[in-house]
Amino acid sequence: MDSLDINSIDSLPGLLTMLAKSLVVMPEIALLIAASTILMVSLFSGRKSDLFTYILSLATLLGMVLLILPSINKPDVVLFGEMYVNDELAKLIKLLVCVTVAVIFIYARPYLLNRSNSRPEFYILGLFATLGMLVMASAQNFITIYLGLELLSLCLYALVAYLRDSNDAAEAAIKYFVLGAIASGMLLYGMSIMYGITGTLSLSEISIYLVNVNDLNIGLIFALTFIVVGVAFKFGAVPFHMWVPDVYQGAPTAVTLFIATAPKFAAFVMAIRLLSYGMQELVADWQQMLMILAVLSLILGNIIAIAQSHIKRMLAYSTISHIGFVLLGFLSGENFGYASALFYTVIYVLMAAGAFGVLLLLNKDDDTDVDNLSELKGLGQSHPRLAFIMLLIMFSMAGMPLTVGFYAKLYVLQSLVYNDFIWLAILAVIMSIIGAFYYLRVIKLMYFDDLLQNLGTQNSLLANTVISVNGLLIVGLFIYPNYLLNYCVNVFQ
Amino acid sequence: MITLTHFLVLGAILFSLSIAGIFLNRKNIILLLMAIELMLLAVNMNFVAFSYYLDDLAGQVFVFFILTVAAAEAAIGLAILVVLYRNRSTINVQDIDNLKG
Repeated sequence: MDSLDINSIDSLPGLLTMLAKSLVVMPEIALLIAASTILMVSLFSGRKSDLFTYILSLATLLGMVLLILPSINKPDVVLFGEMYVNDELAKLIKLLVCVTVAVIFIYARPYLLNRSNSRPEFYILGLFATLGMLVMASAQNFITIYLGLELLSLCLYALVAYLRDSNDAAEAAIKYFVLGAIASGMLLYGMSIMYGITGTLSLSEISIYLVNVNDLNIGLIFALTFIVVGVAFKFGAVPFHMWVPDVYQGAPTAVTLFIATAPKFAAFVMAIRLLSYGMQELVADWQQMLMILAVLSLILGNIIAIAQSHIKRMLAYSTISHIGFVLLGFLSGENFGYASALFYTVIYVLMAAGAFGVLLLLNKDDDTDVDNLSELKGLGQSHPRLAFIMLLIMFSMAGMPLTVGFYAKLYVLQSLVYNDFIWLAILAVIMSIIGAFYYLRVIKLMYFDDLLQNLGTQNSLLANTVISVNGLLIVGLFIYPNYLLNYCVNVFQ
Repeated sequence: MITLTHFLVLGAILFSLSIAGIFLNRKNIILLLMAIELMLLAVNMNFVAFSYYLDDLAGQVFVFFILTVAAAEAAIGLAILVVLYRNRSTINVQDIDNLKG
């Protein structure tokens, strides 16, 4: 696998070529086989099927990380008629997705044990969603992008309705499904027009076409608009955010954790492939569109979040405002901007995983979700460790120094200032200050209000260890942000 | 003579109809699912028309994938619909308003 590049592959005879190619896509193939096997094992392993599925899923994800790690810093490989590319960006995203999904499984396990009579579907659907994200990370063609996206989305729709008896979950699922299907339809319509104009589905050929075309075709802008709408829907940027609060609130918290974290990497890499690798020549046009999306997301997300009393809904609006920041980094249209957006996405996922992880580890006597902000009152007295992790996360989301959220915001602002979007940077800072209000309110509830009701915690050693590491990383990355940032910058060289 | 423009206009009309069907429909979720199918078919119409006039097979291959995914999507949509109906005994769009704020 070490010495593989596209030239040496093509010089091999037929069957060997197939084998050599399948080595490069080994992570995806292995995941597909593993997920299908686990599906069968869970069917026939009786009462303990939940535990088996959980352990096998974690082992699979660990195996994935081990398969992907050796390929890092190797030459890029382009395969299958330029449908599949394994470059540094794809490898980094794959690695992040696999680690994130493993963390999600660890956080979700005790929560699911309490609620769902131990059904193993969560892990299996999660693995297939992971496969969808891996395909998206390597997609270099409209077909692969669409197939990866749908594999991810279909698993997520089913996951939202995971607790079959929950009224709100069913409602959230149907809303997510309908709006997600509209988004896919929009994306496809844009792709069809783009195909008609350029005559190809391959992103690299589209970018070559766009370099050579002189006059700006109105059809190109038309197609681009639909594609940007589709991407914005998947990101959950205003004004295509309608599904975010409802789905976050209605879905079981474990599924909310899933939706809030790993798919953001997939949405990011999809946006990079479509807008940067495919349509960099149209940067002046999509920059304007992303600017509107980002400004609206920042304003609406931060302001509406203040009015929320439901904690998952509040985090949903906070997600929307963070997406605004990611888009701000993205819209500068040059490499440092993309790197800052990627850095922000990584940090956002770290924070969101921690925040929902804390909610998952808190446990009410009647096994209902921890929903209302008021239920966090006095958490500092009853569970000092979890409350402190939550405090770090809230500080980080607000962008306070001593937490890595500060650097995430700083680099995005830096890329804006480099590219002369001073007013956008000022707006982003003002909106961050407004946003700090509702983050600090959570801290006030936890530390300065009296204990209202005593919450239990899940006594899972693994989950408690991981969440502590998660909290420490938020401080640790503040002290050493350079390694991660340099990695993000190198990915776009 | 039927030209590419005719197909594109038909595709655009179907697409607009499906969007209108989703946002104007106040009655039944099944109609929403039908509108979603119509939307994907409108896209397929575009792809096939372009594919024919560009003399390029890739568009038609994409249509096969879209059809397959549409079938899977419909299956999941109907499954969610069944869950919803069992919980509430209604599939009226106007009754789906528990989540707001």
